[in-house]
Amino acid sequence: MEETIKFQLNGKKTEALIDPTQTLLWVLRNHFGLTGTKFGCGMGFCGACTVLIDNEPVRSCQLSVGDAAGKNVVTIEGLATNGKLHPVQKAFVEHDALQCGYCTPGMIMNAAGLLIKNPVPSVQQIKDGMENNLCRCGAHMRIIEAVQTASKEMKGGK
Amino acid sequence: MKKDQIKDQDSLEISEPHGMPRRDFFKILGGGIFIFVRPWGALDIIGAPAEQARGVPKDYNAFLRIAEDGTITCYTGKIEMGQGIITSLPQMMADELNVPYERIKIVMGDTDICPWDQGTWGSLSTRIFGQIMRTVSAEARGVLLELASAQMGVPVSQLEVKDGIVTDSKDSRKTVTYAQLAKGKKIEKFLDVKPSMEDYTKFKSIGKSYNRTDSTLKVTGEAKFTGDMKLPGMVFARILRPPSHAAKMTSVDYSGAEKIAGTKVVRDGDLVAVINENHDKADEAIVKIKAEYSFHEVPVNDKTIYEFMLKAESTAMALKSSGDIEAGQKICDKTFESEFHDPYVAHSAIETHTALAQLEGGKMTVWASTQSPFGLRESIMRELGLPAEKVRVITPFVGGGFGGKGEFQQGVEAAKLAKLTGKPVMLMWTREEEFIYDTFHPAGVVKIKSGIDKTGLIKLWDYNLYYSGTRGADAIYDIPNTKFTHYGQKSGGTPVHQFGTGAWRAPNNNTNTFAREVQIDIMAAAAGIDPLEFRLKNLKDEHILDCLKAVADKFGYVAGKGPSGRGIGIACGSDAGAWVAHIAEVKVDKTTGKVKVVSIACAQDMGLCINPEGATIQMEGCITMGLGYTLGEEVLFEGGKILTHSLDVYNIPRFSWLPKIDTVILDRKDKPPQGGGEPAIIAIGAVIANAIFDATGARLYRLPMTPERVLEALKKV
Repeated sequence: MEETIKFQLNGKKTEALIDPTQTLLWVLRNHFGLTGTKFGCGMGFCGACTVLIDNEPVRSCQLSVGDAAGKNVVTIEGLATNGKLHPVQKAFVEHDALQCGYCTPGMIMNAAGLLIKNPVPSVQQIKDGMENNLCRCGAHMRIIEAVQTASKEMKGGK
Repeated sequence: MKKDQIKDQDSLEISEPHGMPRRDFFKILGGGIFIFVRPWGALDIIGAPAEQARGVPKDYNAFLRIAEDGTITCYTGKIEMGQGIITSLPQMMADELNVPYERIKIVMGDTDICPWDQGTWGSLSTRIFGQIMRTVSAEARGVLLELASAQMGVPVSQLEVKDGIVTDSKDSRKTVTYAQLAKGKKIEKFLDVKPSMEDYTKFKSIGKSYNRTDSTLKVTGEAKFTGDMKLPGMVFARILRPPSHAAKMTSVDYSGAEKIAGTKVVRDGDLVAVINENHDKADEAIVKIKAEYSFHEVPVNDKTIYEFMLKAESTAMALKSSGDIEAGQKICDKTFESEFHDPYVAHSAIETHTALAQLEGGKMTVWASTQSPFGLRESIMRELGLPAEKVRVITPFVGGGFGGKGEFQQGVEAAKLAKLTGKPVMLMWTREEEFIYDTFHPAGVVKIKSGIDKTGLIKLWDYNLYYSGTRGADAIYDIPNTKFTHYGQKSGGTPVHQFGTGAWRAPNNNTNTFAREVQIDIMAAAAGIDPLEFRLKNLKDEHILDCLKAVADKFGYVAGKGPSGRGIGIACGSDAGAWVAHIAEVKVDKTTGKVKVVSIACAQDMGLCINPEGATIQMEGCITMGLGYTLGEEVLFEGGKILTHSLDVYNIPRFSWLPKIDTVILDRKDKPPQGGGEPAIIAIGAVIANAIFDATGARLYRLPMTPERVLEALKKV
């Protein structure tokens, strides 16, 4: 049952001897100790477990670790580089774009993925792109502002 | 310094039945200066369940420590769930202590080292607890000044404090820091007099906007929530749940579950659970358990509940009255009778109820996402028969509460399972469990009969509330003849609610403000008076008048009789000691019934505003969250079976719903602070309903205002 699964995880070559059918979310959290990726619904409806796979935001509760084989997986822990916050993370702090913070890692990963695909999204495109990430505290307005700010900073090549 | 004012630890007689003896504070936390405060008032004790009230510590329930390195720490039983007290409480203390706000640390929700607290709810953290911490902080400054006076040989009156440095006002070379004063000290001070607090005009920290102090932790994934804890040998648990609240298990076969590798099935009466070190395997195993149930369903569902409530044998309670209802009716030119329906609504925090429990050396330690760590501790003590010193509850960051985590069933379940299995047990409720075992905002009916005279003054208000709570049920308008009756569960009668109900952000005020403010709008339209003018005419309270004027200004409101076709609505109300008024603009698609909220402006008077940034975030959050119960959220059920249990069918607000939001804070620097995290949600239902009426002439009396219900109402225009 167990196989050696190899993939890039937060910029590092990683391998795990693991049952490939195991849910990626729980493997990230329990095997690799990357608890920044959250469990919210387990059904792909809330987006709290969003990670980037080959730059694409995906719901890690809906994937098995086998699906990640050979791919490049980035979690919230891998977004900052050399201790410097990613522009999306920085913008979330500046705009206070969070309250309880539980949906935040998923929001940030989804926004980071959105900006890779569309570096200068319109407000409508941000809303469309973030639509299926749920926040119960009501930080939506500030999240949109934060994504705009991050877009500007990234466009500036910083 | 007088000896009887400040004792050292050896002179203390300690008898502290709850939590650790005070002597241990020094052992565990180290030396320094500790300031304790006695229970501050009836509110906290009356508010506590009877069992907890009995356990209220007699001698202190708040304290502050100045460590030997000068670090100032506030220990509180309150928790942080997004509301932002992790930022605002230190702000409140900083001004009294004369230190920069950043120097104050806050330790929250640990029952072994924090003083007893009933729970983080009711917007009490700032208006009650924060005020207490200001007093404690002022007292701490007093103690430090006495120490400084003794050390410097200068009278207290001659000393000044700035940024934690005490200076002789007659010789600025003579200084001593708080850290120097606290070094090597083991001082306890008990406070039962209220020292004078800093004059608001001297505030440096209070009233200044600060960003959240926890955001860097939260954007990097470093912030630890309960589910992020890990212990050696930890197992994941899944609990077998019945298909309905009305089901009773008659037989169970768990042979299938035991075949899943690494699975153990445990049982204690009706509690049947699987444990596995692997989360997926626990999920796999739980569905292999076969159980049979008998059902005792009450024939009622989400459609019939309102009629069921009105017909139920209930206990009527006259809340209050004024004038004479009969006489009032006679002087009315027009009277209006309306019936409003509000459904069950779920809390739906993104973090489900989670707990990690470990029994070690006879002591149960439980990490839990809860709004009431001490409430959970009491429950565990009772259910597991453990004394207080053998139960410790620790609350990491909580991923949203909204009242729903005032209940903590998951913590008791995890503790039981840890005892049964002898292993550390992590229990994270599934989304389905989160819905089914939620303590919903209760459904309710409001019936109002009201009337106006020829000049448009309200003369009659007969308010009848069924099975919802009374918060926000006050008329707030200046009406001479009023009557309020609450119809509630008759003891021994058939339960009206078929499952748990409880506090949901500004509990029940959403129901009451919806009904009242729509009724006001109905009267304004019938009187042919602009709805803002009608309110100003019938209100006397200055706070609410100011809020209405401020929101009209912010919105750029132009008077018009409803329905004007513009889609602009107004509503106002009061909650948690604060006042709020909203104006909203909507667009209604008359072919689909879909409502698009274009903009919402809100003015709030919450007394002294501690952190305008934090308060604004709370107001925006209330407005956004309020759109959910207004337009989309409703729990469907059949008897005790909850039919709505996933986030694809339960419509919480999304990005596409977001209107333009404008907020105004009416800061009252001379008034005590009030609640800021709940008021702005109470009037969202009404302001949107009134805007829909203004757009279309259609009146909605039922929440949420789904496209189907809007179309239905449009047919009656």
